[in-house]
Amino acid sequence: MSVLVVVECDGGEVKKSSLEVASYGSQVAQMLGTTATAVAVGEATEANLAKLGEQGITKVLHDAEPRLKDFVNGAYTKLIAAASQKEDSKIIVLANSNIGASVGSRLSVRLQASLATNVVELPKTDGGSFVVKRGAFSGKAFADVKLDGDRKIIAVKKNSIEALHEAGKTAQVEAFSAQLSDADFADAPKQVVMQDQAGGILLPEADKVVSGGRGMKGPENWHLIEELAQALGAATACSKPVSDVDWRPHHEHVGQTGITVSPNLYIACGISGAIQHLAGVNSSKVIVVINKDPEAPFFKAADYGIVGDVFDVLPKLTQAVKELN
Amino acid sequence: MKFLVCISNVPDTTTKITFTPDNKEFNKAGVQFVINPWDEYALTRAIELKEAQGSGTVTVLNVGEADTEPNIRKALAIGADDAIRVNAHPKDAFFVAQQIASIAKDGGYDVILMGKESIDYNGFQVHGMVGELLGIPTVAPAMKLDMSGNTATLEREIEGGKEIVEVNTPFVASCQQPMCEPRIPNMRGIMTARTKPLKVVEPTADAARTEVAEYALPPKKQGVKLIPAESAGELIKLLRNEAKVI
Repeated sequence: MSVLVVVECDGGEVKKSSLEVASYGSQVAQMLGTTATAVAVGEATEANLAKLGEQGITKVLHDAEPRLKDFVNGAYTKLIAAASQKEDSKIIVLANSNIGASVGSRLSVRLQASLATNVVELPKTDGGSFVVKRGAFSGKAFADVKLDGDRKIIAVKKNSIEALHEAGKTAQVEAFSAQLSDADFADAPKQVVMQDQAGGILLPEADKVVSGGRGMKGPENWHLIEELAQALGAATACSKPVSDVDWRPHHEHVGQTGITVSPNLYIACGISGAIQHLAGVNSSKVIVVINKDPEAPFFKAADYGIVGDVFDVLPKLTQAVKELN
Repeated sequence: MKFLVCISNVPDTTTKITFTPDNKEFNKAGVQFVINPWDEYALTRAIELKEAQGSGTVTVLNVGEADTEPNIRKALAIGADDAIRVNAHPKDAFFVAQQIASIAKDGGYDVILMGKESIDYNGFQVHGMVGELLGIPTVAPAMKLDMSGNTATLEREIEGGKEIVEVNTPFVASCQQPMCEPRIPNMRGIMTARTKPLKVVEPTADAARTEVAEYALPPKKQGVKLIPAESAGELIKLLRNEAKVI
């Protein structure tokens, strides 16, 4: 009855968020005196899956069905359900991603499991209850949620759990077939379109983010954001007004009705800090605000601030990063 | 075609969040409630598709107590044809999903839409639970939805890109921008909404699987450390040596 961990893979590698999920799962397994088994979805190499031993995973189930490369709700759900049956898992841990939420919600009904998404801490298991802490009210609060029943599914928020790295440990990769049929791939995507990402860093996976608001005055000035982001190895983002007027694409919009990010470093340039924007970023570990208005509400939520003109400050920061490197 | 749009009643996006003294519930005192912003995409898109088809109905569904009715009326004013309120406190996502699935099954709806998630609980769970309870596909989160006959073409957001997905009715989709420009009620809509049917039904199932033990606010920030603009480069040194994030 091992803990089952769902690891999302892309281009042969395990996603960073899934390394965190694996670390979460192996720590839960340790708390419960059992082991953690992973099941891989997406495109993965055996060598990279074996490396999940570093995150405390004992065994990885790998279904080599090539159509599992892209996300297919029906097939992924069936695969994970089959893996949980094989391992007799009472606890399934997955990423709080679009894939994790899509699959986790269906699995919770199929396996009659309780489900918590957006989870930010390891569970508390005092006195027979099982309680997890999750983000609520769009990042403005947390809720301790009691999960009932024998089976539980936990979707872990990105960047809230430190990934373990026990060098040299390897997991045993085991071929596994969920006997998937054509019917399980009925909702397979007709086409997958990936975005061009500045520097190849995906915003939801990024641990550093440089974000611009209306104070940037126009899309033609975005090179200042991009240059700092590139120097830092950060992803770029923007506020809602910026994506509303199409200065930047929607998938960069961070906030209550956009993407919620929780990087180690969030640098806000020319963003005043409306409460809806703060909701999307306030679980970032360190927030830096650059704004020429000293009264901008964002300064109240910031760790570091510069009151100044972004057009003057940003090149100085980029220069300083280059010198440091 | 019959559209079912599930809406949730949530605190306005500008609300300062506080809790009851035992920290078990959200403190509703003095709070303005709105239609969940994500659900507005689902509602407007359903109305647009119905208009394009020239026939059909859009039914709004809310699981909530009587205090949600002003926002149900607002949805009717925006252009839904009728509404159903399941008279119950929405205990958790599974509880809500069971009510939606039961109504969807009895009503024979072709397309079941809702927002990506509610901005209060942020579960992002109900879509998949409803789909699984009904044994029909779910597409979540959907950024685009077009219908041609009984086939829908959707754009589904994935991390770093999108998938183009085709499904046949019936299906569930959870919606987000840039699907459409959410409509606001006009005067005529507000007048006609008053007489549109709003049916109140009792919940069909009672099971919940989770329970909030306690809410908490995030720890307060220490306060901002300001660096003079002239020596902006100092910030980078602090980020490396003090905050240790670069």
